Amino acid sequence: MKQFDLAPVRHPAPASLDVVPVAEMSEATRAIRLTPDFDVETLGTALDHLDLIIVTFPIFRDGRGFTQARALREYFGFAGEIRAEGHLIADQAQFLRTCGVDSVSLADDSDTTPWLKALSLFPATYQSRLGLRA
Amino acid sequence: MNAPVGLYQYQTADREFLASRITEFEGQVQRRLDGELTEDEFKPLRLMNGLYLQLHAYMLRVAIPYGVLDSRQMRKLGHIARRYDRDYGHFTTRQNIQFNWIKLEETPEILRQLADVDMHAIQTSGNCIRNVTCDQFAGAAADELMDPRVHAEILRQWSTLHPEFTFLPRKFKIAISGSPQDRVAARFHDIGIIARPGENGPLFRIFVGGGLGRTPLVGHELFDAVPESDLLMTLEAVLRVYNAYGRRDNIYKARIKILVQALGIDGYRKAVEHELSRMNPDHYRLAPETVAAIKARFAAPDLTASPEAESKLLQDRRGNVEFDRWVRSNTHPHFAPGRIVVTVSIKPAGGIPGDATSDQLERLADLADQFSFGELRITHLQNVVLAHVPQDRLVELWQALTDIGLGDANHELIGDIVACPGLDYCALANSRSIPIAQKLSARFADNALQEEIGKLRINISGCINACGHHHVGHIGLLGVDKRGEEFFQITLGGRDDDHSRTGDILGAALPEDDMVDAIARIVDRFLSVREKGEQFLDTLTRLGDAPFKEAAYETV
Repeated sequence: MKQFDLAPVRHPAPASLDVVPVAEMSEATRAIRLTPDFDVETLGTALDHLDLIIVTFPIFRDGRGFTQARALREYFGFAGEIRAEGHLIADQAQFLRTCGVDSVSLADDSDTTPWLKALSLFPATYQSRLGLRA
Repeated sequence: MNAPVGLYQYQTADREFLASRITEFEGQVQRRLDGELTEDEFKPLRLMNGLYLQLHAYMLRVAIPYGVLDSRQMRKLGHIARRYDRDYGHFTTRQNIQFNWIKLEETPEILRQLADVDMHAIQTSGNCIRNVTCDQFAGAAADELMDPRVHAEILRQWSTLHPEFTFLPRKFKIAISGSPQDRVAARFHDIGIIARPGENGPLFRIFVGGGLGRTPLVGHELFDAVPESDLLMTLEAVLRVYNAYGRRDNIYKARIKILVQALGIDGYRKAVEHELSRMNPDHYRLAPETVAAIKARFAAPDLTASPEAESKLLQDRRGNVEFDRWVRSNTHPHFAPGRIVVTVSIKPAGGIPGDATSDQLERLADLADQFSFGELRITHLQNVVLAHVPQDRLVELWQALTDIGLGDANHELIGDIVACPGLDYCALANSRSIPIAQKLSARFADNALQEEIGKLRINISGCINACGHHHVGHIGLLGVDKRGEEFFQITLGGRDDDHSRTGDILGAALPEDDMVDAIARIVDRFLSVREKGEQFLDTLTRLGDAPFKEAAYETV
């Protein structure tokens, strides 16, 4: 897999991190992988020692990861890297970025051109025009 | 160009957005053709651009935000019907229009033509927030407390390509009204909003969890008085709970109503309040300046009328029985003296409910220019409204409508039938709704008879997905397949107003060819047992369904 950055990552996680399923995390864990049904509120203070949280999309129509990412950023102030993994399509690039996702995992042989194109398509969202924080 | 009356005037950013969207869709079509996108991946993308694959062809559903459009847009719809379809369009129960015979390769061209008049097909389908519907008499009805269209436009903007809520468990429908007389079926929407003025600005009563389909449920009041500043924040919280916890394992259990039912309205409210408590209000506040800026892009019509307008109308009515009847059934009081609200019936005798030809669409545009500031509305009962007609010119308008076959006096009467496209178009249906609608419409064609019968709404759905809203028909018909034959099940007593409820099943389904006679027998029985001044629903409430059941199954 290769990483594609949706935006300059504020606090990129080191590439060598061991990613642990959220159910198996310990105090030493620095990178976790969520399931879409996981309630991020239950992470509590464990968030403080995490560098990377991976939100997963079993199918791209399952939009729970968007809400998880948003809650991590907005409710719990998570400042580390959020990465999206699973079945994703380029048309979701801006939505992911707006919800606080920094990067996506793509197959090694996948073409990043549609992702770059998608990111530049809509310069101003309707939500930001209404004064909602993007 | 001057700002249009009754709808939001696009600015550069809106037009740039549409252009980008078409570019994006063209790319998606190309990637599909190249095999880069699977049909499974392409399907939700085309759906979010309003493109369905029906039984025989592609269908394009064009958005008419809050049901309001101007004459130049209506003319363009006429042009599209003539050039790219089979010379007609079909108005839908979400105040949109759909074209049933579209070629995939022509779609980007059609979308570009639509964009020329600031229209699109975005979010008319897919598991996202759909076109927001609105009271068709907004900004005109005498009974209205607040014009809901500015906030309907705000909801349109807020929900367009929403980053978090574009891949919801299932589709999501919002309706808004500013009248205590609910004309939008607020309690049968995922979210229904009734706006009213308050001491410190507008207040919004919010219902959640209503819907029809396989599991018809009446919505519950979530909050009674949300202030304008908190409107979007509250809606975000409602959607966030739904996106996180709505069921995704079963398409028939995925609407918000099922989650509201599972948690209970108090449980859902608690979850929404928990979200609200964690949200930063500064990030979501709808500022008065924002509302004012959007409001400024709506032109207000000059509604002054001739002082003789009302007496002229009285005089015209006295001289013409047919016109007088049409005025009784197809107009609604306007708040401005000398003006009147007109519902143009798109339900001619024996016709297909909601279908209009290219010529009719173009003539309606002309009539809007002549009589109502170039503004038209589509209703969720598939009719067209001209909202600001001068009373002294009403007879002239009626004559012009009669000339194009749209002068029927049957609004909210038995001929004003709502029907889904059914098996004639739809891949899901198991029976044909349109022929039944046409036969019933022909049977009760006489406008004088319709007036005598009074308020009686028939809704017809071709399958349990209930797109014809049969649950809320005073008489509802549901098509069912019995060993390859078409049968219809009758429900009585449904309604979608302030006293919303779903109808009760009358008994075993009847075969298609006995249907029209069975309905006629129910109507005859009603006419023989009604007491003076009663409408069908009153009599049904007083007597129960026993006499109607007896009548319906008389010959069985």
